[in-house]
Amino acid sequence: MMPQIKPILSALRRHKAGAVLIALQTALTLAIVCNALFIIQQRVAHLSAPSGIDEPNLLVIENTWADKLSKEDADAQLRADLAVLRQIPGVHDAVVSNAYPMRGSGWDQFITLTPDQTTAVGDPAVYLGDEHFIDTLGVKLIAGRNFRPDEVRPIANRESTMPPVTIVTKALADKLFPDGSALGKQIYAMSSTPTTIIGIVDLLQTQSLANWQMRSAYQSLIWPMRIVGNSYYILRAQPGQLAAVRQAAVKALYAQNRMRIINDDGVLDYTQVRQAAYDSDYGMAMLMGIICVVLLAITAAGIVGLTSFWVGQRRKQIGVRRALGATRHDILSYFMTENLLITVGGVIFGVALAIAMNLWLVTHFEMDRLSLIYLLVGVLLLLLLGQGAALAPAVRASRVSPIEATRSV
Amino acid sequence: MFGYYVQLGVRSLKRNPWLTALMVMAIGFGVAASMITYSVFRAISGNPIPEKSERLRVPQLDNWGPEHARALGEPAEALTYTDAIALWKAHQARMQTIFYEVTLSVIPEHGGSSVPFNMSGYAATGDFFRMFDVPFLYGSGWNQSDDEGHADVAVIGRDLNERLFKGANSVGREINLRGHSYRIVGVTDHWDPKPRYFDLFSMFTVNGIGDASQIYVPFSKAIDLKLDTGGRNSCGGASSLNAGWDGWLRGECVWISMWVQLDTPAEVERYRQYLRNYAEQMQQSGRFQWAPNVRLRNVTEWLDYEKVVPPESRISLVVALGFFGICLINTIGLLLAKFMRRAPEIGVRRALGASRREVYLQFLIEASTVGLAGGLLGVLLTTIGMFGVGLIFEPQIAKLAHLDVSLVVLTIVVAVLATVLAAFYPTWKAAQVQPAWQLKSN
Repeated sequence: MMPQIKPILSALRRHKAGAVLIALQTALTLAIVCNALFIIQQRVAHLSAPSGIDEPNLLVIENTWADKLSKEDADAQLRADLAVLRQIPGVHDAVVSNAYPMRGSGWDQFITLTPDQTTAVGDPAVYLGDEHFIDTLGVKLIAGRNFRPDEVRPIANRESTMPPVTIVTKALADKLFPDGSALGKQIYAMSSTPTTIIGIVDLLQTQSLANWQMRSAYQSLIWPMRIVGNSYYILRAQPGQLAAVRQAAVKALYAQNRMRIINDDGVLDYTQVRQAAYDSDYGMAMLMGIICVVLLAITAAGIVGLTSFWVGQRRKQIGVRRALGATRHDILSYFMTENLLITVGGVIFGVALAIAMNLWLVTHFEMDRLSLIYLLVGVLLLLLLGQGAALAPAVRASRVSPIEATRSV
Repeated sequence: MFGYYVQLGVRSLKRNPWLTALMVMAIGFGVAASMITYSVFRAISGNPIPEKSERLRVPQLDNWGPEHARALGEPAEALTYTDAIALWKAHQARMQTIFYEVTLSVIPEHGGSSVPFNMSGYAATGDFFRMFDVPFLYGSGWNQSDDEGHADVAVIGRDLNERLFKGANSVGREINLRGHSYRIVGVTDHWDPKPRYFDLFSMFTVNGIGDASQIYVPFSKAIDLKLDTGGRNSCGGASSLNAGWDGWLRGECVWISMWVQLDTPAEVERYRQYLRNYAEQMQQSGRFQWAPNVRLRNVTEWLDYEKVVPPESRISLVVALGFFGICLINTIGLLLAKFMRRAPEIGVRRALGASRREVYLQFLIEASTVGLAGGLLGVLLTTIGMFGVGLIFEPQIAKLAHLDVSLVVLTIVVAVLATVLAAFYPTWKAAQVQPAWQLKSN
């Protein structure tokens, strides 16, 4: 094959424009496909991140009171609600909280290790819940103990109480105390009263999934509090009972007290929560996927088109070569090598473009650096695409009969 | 001649339908991808109040100090109660309003079958309505004396008025919000700027897009009634667990948005100086232990700073444009092949006396018929794509994207122009054909 390269190059010089166009198209396609594949991988990784909770069996109900209630009244209502919810057949457990994992936005709290420290050591998501919280969400306690009922206090919005004890996630424990000694230690939530870590749970995703919160992914803490006022009931159904629980729960709550507001879109299972939380990731991955496929198809079609044109243009020369003793294989390999040369040229330029495009994304959109694997995959993909696209016209060229040499057109 | 060239073009396109279909499809897909992403981008990056975007400004001041700033060197995105009240009472701008988002339960008058429901809106001061050009169906907003008198007045939105009063003029009627009775003084017409530029801080919804607000009550009254913010709050280094409602009001958590209207550059400069002086006073009084750090952004600067356009939208627009670019390069190649295949024909035409200009014209017209076909396919694909937008962008954003006449026209114009542009090089090559050479080889 080697000796053919020189004549191919001199032939290419005769139709520079077409060759440059194919190379350019290959380069741009490579740049976009590499970055698109990388974006897809990142988004898919993001949206398949585990939450640490028993998603298939959880239901969230947003509840607000229509009346203005005193703290005591609201707490009494709340406890009555919880009692009702925990009685519903098919309900494994229920809890009231200020938020739920992957809600989209929520409460984060700067944490320090001493009261006079001014820069935060951690920025975890804060969950409020009673001794049922861990069991309801299906989170695994890996060290220490759960809250005791007597540690749980009601709290109204904007109320001051720094709870004496807290349960943290392993991610937060490791962040605050990298040596693994978190259990029993005191931490400060930007206040002068300390909170003691009495338990550590395994995984518990934060409330927001935005970039700023993802810097503290899985760093969450739970305070033993029952939030009165606007709050979320979280229910864990027994396996297979979620639909039935969903039916019964809202009815039971209204039967308990009808001066409340539960919107239609305020009752969510985790399929819905996940969908809302990862909507943009899912959409982005899909858009990039569609663009990749269409782009590769169009580039392939373009190569087929131009190569066919060249074959058509050179039928006579092909005939002459065949008449002078070139085999079909020689002709086939001529066109395949020609395509390979053009594609390699395009790919080299394309790698540079892909890196440039990635750098632009890194500076403007907090994306990660493109890993080499994607470049390699992209290069391979386009080389194969080029060869695949050139194959049909090249085969057609190899079938040109030597008689063509004698024809005048 | 023009009609003849169009005819020639169509005939030539029919001659190799496969190549033509390929070009038309490339242009159609390329232009459709660009138009779909552009329509989303256009919907969320528009200026929501063009006639006033220079005059409305957000005062910001640094109450947390450099150590606790959430964004590097930037003051908080909203104000504390202390600062909001001080700046509002100072009346240093032509108009000023402070407000925060509230979600209130609407309790229907005659218990009966109707159950209470939640509505969100704002606890604001009276200038709010005039500053943001809120349109009124009935009545109007309240004035400063109502603010100062802590009046029990409310403005409701058109949708809520439909729901409660069947659309009748409800000015003067009473409305019960979370157990407190207010007299309705105004009913706004549908008003829902997108993005909701004036409240980018407290909105939990995606990129400043949510349901239109339906309730407005005086700020002073809301504070009296201890109505908690329904929006976001941010506490920087301060504790978010303050000592009750009073501690919350005195604390350093920010949760109140403020806008001022300043009509001339001189007024802007004066206000900026006033803000600096205020921060200096706070420094002197010992509340701030750092030099004044203030901002006074206008609407467009504010939208930019708050990153209203989601990165997804920008990235997809850029990728779609790149995609369109590749489609055009593809088209250049294919047109080149197509035109050069007809070199003998060109040679004959030139030999029979057609000028280069004529050749140019003929091939550019042929290219624009391809562009037109691509544009029509693009419109079709864009229409189909609009249904798919909901799968790609968040529903709130997808709702904004729609196909209107301007987008259809734009799609076709862009397709034709781009194709003609792409055809320049192939056409030039075609016009360079030497008649003698072509005739000889035949």
